Order: sequence, then structure tokens, then C-alpha cells
Amino acid sequence: MGLIAPPDHRTVSYIPETQEGWVATRLDFLVNWSRANSLWPMPFGTACCAIEFMATAASRFDLARFGMERMSYSPRQADVLICAGRVPFKLAPIIRRIWQQMPQPKWAISMGACASTGGMFDNYAVVQGIDTIIPVDVYVPGCPPRPEGLIHGIRMLQEKVMNERIADGRIRDEMNPDPSSQLYIPPAAINELGEPFGNSVHQNRSAP
Amino acid sequence: MASGNRTIEVELSTTGLDAQGRPQRIPLVTKDSGAESLVNEPPRAAEPELLADHMLINIGPQHPATHGVLRLVLELDGETVVRCVPHIGYLHCGFEKIGEYRQYNQIIPWTDREDYLNSIGNNVAFALGAERLWGIDITERCTVLRVIASELSRVISHLVWVGTTCIDIGAFTPFLWAFQERENVYNLLEAWVGARLTTSATRVGGMAADIPSGWLDGLRNFLRTFPNTIDEVDRMLTRNAIWVGRTVGLGVMTPDEAINWGLSGPMLRASGVDYDVRKDFPYLDYETYDFDVPVGTNGDVYDRFLVRMEELRQSVRILQQAVGRLRDGPVNVDDPRVILPPKSKATSEMESMIHHFKQVMEGPRPPIGESYVAVESPKGEKGYYMVSDGTSKPVRWRIRPPSFVNLAAIPKMVEGHLLSDVIAINASIDIVMGEIDR
Amino acid sequence: MTGRFEIVTAGSAASDAPAPATPKKVSHLGAPPNPTAAALAEHFPFALDRVSVIWGETVVFVKANAVYEVMQWLRDDPGQQYDYLSDVTAVEYRDFEQPLEVVWHLRSIPFRRFLRVKVQLPKRGPLEVASVWPLWKSADWLERECYDMFGIRFLGHPDLRRILMWEQYREGFPLRKDFPLRGRFSRAEQLRQALAQNPETRYSMEELTVADAFEDLPEEMRKRLSAGERTGE
Repeated sequence: MGLIAPPDHRTVSYIPETQEGWVATRLDFLVNWSRANSLWPMPFGTACCAIEFMATAASRFDLARFGMERMSYSPRQADVLICAGRVPFKLAPIIRRIWQQMPQPKWAISMGACASTGGMFDNYAVVQGIDTIIPVDVYVPGCPPRPEGLIHGIRMLQEKVMNERIADGRIRDEMNPDPSSQLYIPPAAINELGEPFGNSVHQNRSAP
Repeated sequence: MASGNRTIEVELSTTGLDAQGRPQRIPLVTKDSGAESLVNEPPRAAEPELLADHMLINIGPQHPATHGVLRLVLELDGETVVRCVPHIGYLHCGFEKIGEYRQYNQIIPWTDREDYLNSIGNNVAFALGAERLWGIDITERCTVLRVIASELSRVISHLVWVGTTCIDIGAFTPFLWAFQERENVYNLLEAWVGARLTTSATRVGGMAADIPSGWLDGLRNFLRTFPNTIDEVDRMLTRNAIWVGRTVGLGVMTPDEAINWGLSGPMLRASGVDYDVRKDFPYLDYETYDFDVPVGTNGDVYDRFLVRMEELRQSVRILQQAVGRLRDGPVNVDDPRVILPPKSKATSEMESMIHHFKQVMEGPRPPIGESYVAVESPKGEKGYYMVSDGTSKPVRWRIRPPSFVNLAAIPKMVEGHLLSDVIAINASIDIVMGEIDR
Repeated sequence: MTGRFEIVTAGSAASDAPAPATPKKVSHLGAPPNPTAAALAEHFPFALDRVSVIWGETVVFVKANAVYEVMQWLRDDPGQQYDYLSDVTAVEYRDFEQPLEVVWHLRSIPFRRFLRVKVQLPKRGPLEVASVWPLWKSADWLERECYDMFGIRFLGHPDLRRILMWEQYREGFPLRKDFPLRGRFSRAEQLRQALAQNPETRYSMEELTVADAFEDLPEEMRKRLSAGERTGE
């Protein structure tokens, strides 16, 4: 239960009796194509990545080419939540709430190192990766990622959307957290995700 | 529960779901009519001094126009703001705590991220503060390069301000012009230090890298074409009836109030106070540059706009002078306490290798003491207060955030204005939540 | 329609002050102190603990019980005119025996002077000091942040509650040296507490005076609100 990786969507499992016909696959293509090319982003921009997101939306790197120039600041009308920037614990319930307010179909892009893993902020205040709070589809590394990097992430998301199948009932299931703990993934998994990374002994040691 | 009143739990559409998936509820008291009631029911006879017919509106923390994650709770009488309570802290990431666990050169990437619109300016400010702890005077070339860096940083920060304020007030096009100009500066910064936004360009005692050959021509090109964009924005906005109508007379702070509330930067100067750290407590030889500091008269949003536009022109002026006076020479100061030996020596001589090893592993250690160096960031007086106990990591690293102190005055500024004016006033403060919350 | 650029308040009221210049070759300890230090020694001989000059900046150590008078004199005396409070912060040293220092950075715009005032609070005693909010409004949020990060109470502050962390934050005061970098609780526990905080559904005392919820508040809270109290939860 929880954020177990779903079966790899790129490997198609052929079960002959449920093999979809030509109409179903064409319908899938039509729906996915229209979704992928008009993903309305909900820019949950907090910090420096938000500035690079704005630069991506500006004239030089133009998100309008991908149908994403219509920023939806109301989550009710958005398709993809782009979490651009670091998320401290005080902001955690808010991003959770914004995610819950978005109607399906919805996706999430975690832009930048801080949104993906907590980034350089391995301290008391920052959530160590928003995937501990909301399910994430694409992670874009970088601090901040270049606009080309973000566009690469968006293209990856578009590819993921194109490979969805309507017949697959599991992809639009809303995840239900454990009510007693409010956590999507078990506490042990969260603690493991949040452990210090790397072998530097200096990071958590104050002088001398 | 008083008799005659019925408490029901009203589901507010703004609060969403709690962890159990149920709608959040706040207990509110309603009329005795028995009908379902909304938050904004007409008032009962309450205490006479309580104006219970006012609305409580929550803006943010997720909102396009709050310039980050700022939450404003407004008490509205119709459309007029009676009181405003700002809530911050939604971007608090423990910068100052982490500063106590990092060597001085390792803190520099952190200075990029707090005021991320003025990254290279913050790098410069921090390096100045750290060099003061050692008592180091930087080289001539480094001084001029840092002036160039600070002024470029001022340009890109003010361009973001112009762009986003225009969007808040309703004009979208200057945003695109501003960001296109920023791309030109980003190209320059990327050629110099390798990064567009989070530059980490300075080191204690010098810079991370010297400018590549041909970089000055790029800068000269930029300085030739940039004033045209300033003029374009000026033509579009300064005498525009809509712009003037929406910004004049808003959020006025008198000079005495502005000083008492600790405002700095364009906020303070628009109120008529001539305080600019570059002129009053100079650093980086700013007293040798010929530039003016624009000071407004009314202290409203329009004056802040004019001050920032004029500052853009003055920055161009300073940059032209700086480009003219750049001479060849070493960028890093020749002080073994802070500067690593050249790589050729470090790989061939034993003592250089040991020196290199100690500097990298332990970090440069300043003498016991403290320093506070303030610079004029685009937002205001930015200062880094560092206390050293002789070890390689500071005991205390304090960021004096200009936006934090500027934003504290927002309850004063928005009283009596309309709801859409709150957005305009908030935009005029030029806040960066990264710096406010650190 | 252009703004008339006219200077209203300019510095260097002290006629014998040199024109401001970039400090070069600043001496570690030997630079001349700010004239305010001598004036303070004259006016408040018993409140002043010591004066030190480090890297050209004058630092004045004041006794904790005399802070407010000293600050008021610094602001109001025509020879000092420290009208600008730049910063209020605190420093805790790694050595437990060294007291906590509360630091004020004052600027005099007319005289172009900078002064650092410090008060030393022993860690074993109560961490309390007078608030300078009545003198400079900029102290409002600066002192709240100092309280949030260090737990220092500023007596006389109108609304001393947490500002950067959420109000029910239970882990402690983050910038104290005994507070570990990654917090006291495990990551899962921090996330759990964070998700439970939900600040948007809890309004502060000040905001509740507005809402229709007044009648529903307990009697004691209503009395406090009517008396004008604004302090949080």
C-alpha cells in the first residue's frame, strides 16, 4: 500500500482476452493526445525554481508551444501541479490540500532538487521530497533546473500521458493515507527517504 | 454556548479536506433563524465596538499575486480594507541554522538561494562580510568586478519587479520584455560563472572565476540595447492613465513613518528619505562612481515605480563606468589564510598540498570576532552579521532581510484601501519570500 | 507627471564627519570608537558594561534592566538621533557558560553612524529583555523572529508569537545550540505534526475579533479581546 511503484507503463502486458480493439486504442490516443498537449499547469512556485519556471514561460523558452501557457492558479482548473521550489513543513498541509483540490486527471511534476528530495536543505524545516506528501509523476533535477531541463521533464510527462490507457482502472485511483498517521507512505519509509545522503561527515557537524 | 444561539459547523470551501478526507470545519455561530448560514451573514447585535459586519478574507499562501508564499488575512468592510494581518514563514528553510554547520565558502551557495533575484549581489555582500572578519582588502580588479556583478543583479531584480508588478496590476506585455532582457543578462552570467540564477560567484578573498575574454564586449552590447527597453517600459507605463490611476496615492508612508518602520531601499527613498547604503556607508569604492540616487516625494506606489525605473538607468550608468575602469590584475587577494594555492603548486609542492588540504577539509578560519556589512540590495539594506569563534564555521550567521522589515509595514499601508489596491501595494514592496522567511 | 526628486532627509548632520568612504585596512581592534560610546559612558555610567570596537564597528554592552532607557535616549537625544533600527537578533555561543547575547543594530541617518548594542542574558536565568517596539516599529517582526528562533521573550511587545514556524510548533527553538540541525523528532513525526497543524483554520486572537465567532469564544477570551489584547492563540 502506499507509494509502491506501479507496474512500468511502458511494458504492455498482453492478456489476450482483455486485449483492446482498434476503437479503444484510437480513443485512448485521442484522449491522451488532447490531454498531453494542453496540460494546464498549476504553478506551485515557492522559490528560485519558480523564477526559472517564469523564465520558461517567457518568450525565449515559451511554454505556449506545449499548450501550457495558461497558468491555472486555481487548482480546480489545473491538470499538472508543478511544485517549483522548496517546501518547508509549514507549507506541507497546503500543498497536500492543493493536490486534493485538483480534480482527476492530474499529474505532478517535482521541479528542482528541493521539491524532489529536500535538496540542499537537510534540516529541521524542509520536507525531504514532496513525494512524501503527494504522488509525483516526473522529477526534474537541478538547482534550479535550466528551462530546457524543465521542458525535458514536461516532455517526459507528455510521454507518460500518451502511454495511459482508459481501460487501466488503477491510474486514476486517489491515494488514501492512513488516517491515524496522515502519511501516504509508512513512517519507516519516510525516515529512510529523509536520511542524510552521501558520505560527508561534515554536513551535520558544527565546528570544530 | 449562549442560549438563543445555535452553533453549527460550516464547511468552508477554502479549507479542503483533512487527513481523513472529511471537509474541514470551523465552529461558527449563526442566526437563530435555523437556516443554513454562510460565513458572511449580516451581523447580530454584538458589542458595539465590534464591527461584526466585516468580512474575513484569506489571501494565500498559494496565490499568484502574493509574490511567493505569503498569507494575508484581511478584514474587509465591503471592498475596503480595515485591517490586515500578514502571516509568513511558509518558506522558512533554516538558512541561519545551516550557516552554523558550513564553512564560509560553503555558505556562498546558500546566499544565492535566499534572495534568489539578487543572487550574485548576495554573494558579493556575504563575501564582503566574511572578508571583514579576516580584515582582508580585496584587489582592485575584484572590486570592479563585484560592482559590475552587484549592478547587474540590481538590473535583473528590478526587471522582475517591473514584470510581476505589471502582471499584478493587469499589464502582461512588460513582463515579456523584462524577461527577455533578463535572458541577456543570464547569458552574461552563465558565461562568467556557469549558472544563470544561482551563481555562487564570489569566494572569500576574491571571485570564483575571472571574466572570460570577450565578456566585456557582451556587457557593452547589453548596455547599448538595454536603455531602449527601459524607455519602452517607461513609454508604456509612466504616463499611462490606467497605471497612474491605479498607483498614485496608494500605500503612502511618510518619511518619519518609513524610518521608524525600518524601511529601506526604494521603499524608503520613494518616501523622500535620502538613505542609500552605497552613498552613506559606501563599500566597493562606490564613492568614486558618479551616479545619482532617485528620491521620491509622495511615498506611494507610483513613486516607488519611478524610483526603481530611475535606478535601472543609474545602474546602467554605473556599469558603463565600471567597464571603463576595469584593469588587468589578479582577481583573488594573495592571502594564504583564505585563498587556495594555485593548482600547479598544490600538486607539486608538499607544503602547498598540505595547505590546500587543510583549506578544503577544514576551511579557512577567521580570528575571533564579528562583522556586519550592509549593502544596498535592490530590495533595501541587506546585511550579513557573522560571529566567529575562531573555527571554520560561524557561530552565528544572521541575514538582515530588507523585505522582511519592509513587509512588516504592510498592515499600515493597506488600511483604508480597496482589495485590489492591496495587491498593488504588496507588489510595490518588492518582496522575495526566500529572503523574508529564510 | 513625473516624480519630483527632492531630498528630504540627508545624512552628515555632524559637520566634522569625514565624507563617507569605503573602509580600507580596517584594524581588528584598534579603530576609534563611535562618539556615541563616550556620550553613553557619560550619561549612563552604571548601565554601560563595556565598549569594544571590532573591525571598525562600535559594540556597546548594556545591562539588561537598563536597555529601554538607553535605547530611548539613543533615539531621542539630539546629539545621537538613532532613528533607524536596522536589526534585532541574538547570538548563542557554542560554549554553554557564555551568556546569550541580544544584539540591536542601530543607525543614525542624520549623523551617518552605526552602533551595535548588546545585552548579555545568562542562560540559566529567564531569557527576557525589554521590547523596543514603542520606540521603533520595525522591532515588531524582528523581535517576534528572535522569540521564535531563540525563545527570548521581549517584555512589552504587543503580539509576541511565532512568526516563521507555525504557532503550535513543539520541537523547540531552532537556533539554540542544543537544537539539532535536523530537528528533534524523526522525519515521519515532523511530517505528521506539520500535516496536523492546519494554520488556515486557526485564526489568531486579533483575527477572531472580526469573525462572527466572537460569541462562541469562551468568556475569558472575550474579555481579553475586548480589553484589547492581541496576543496569539
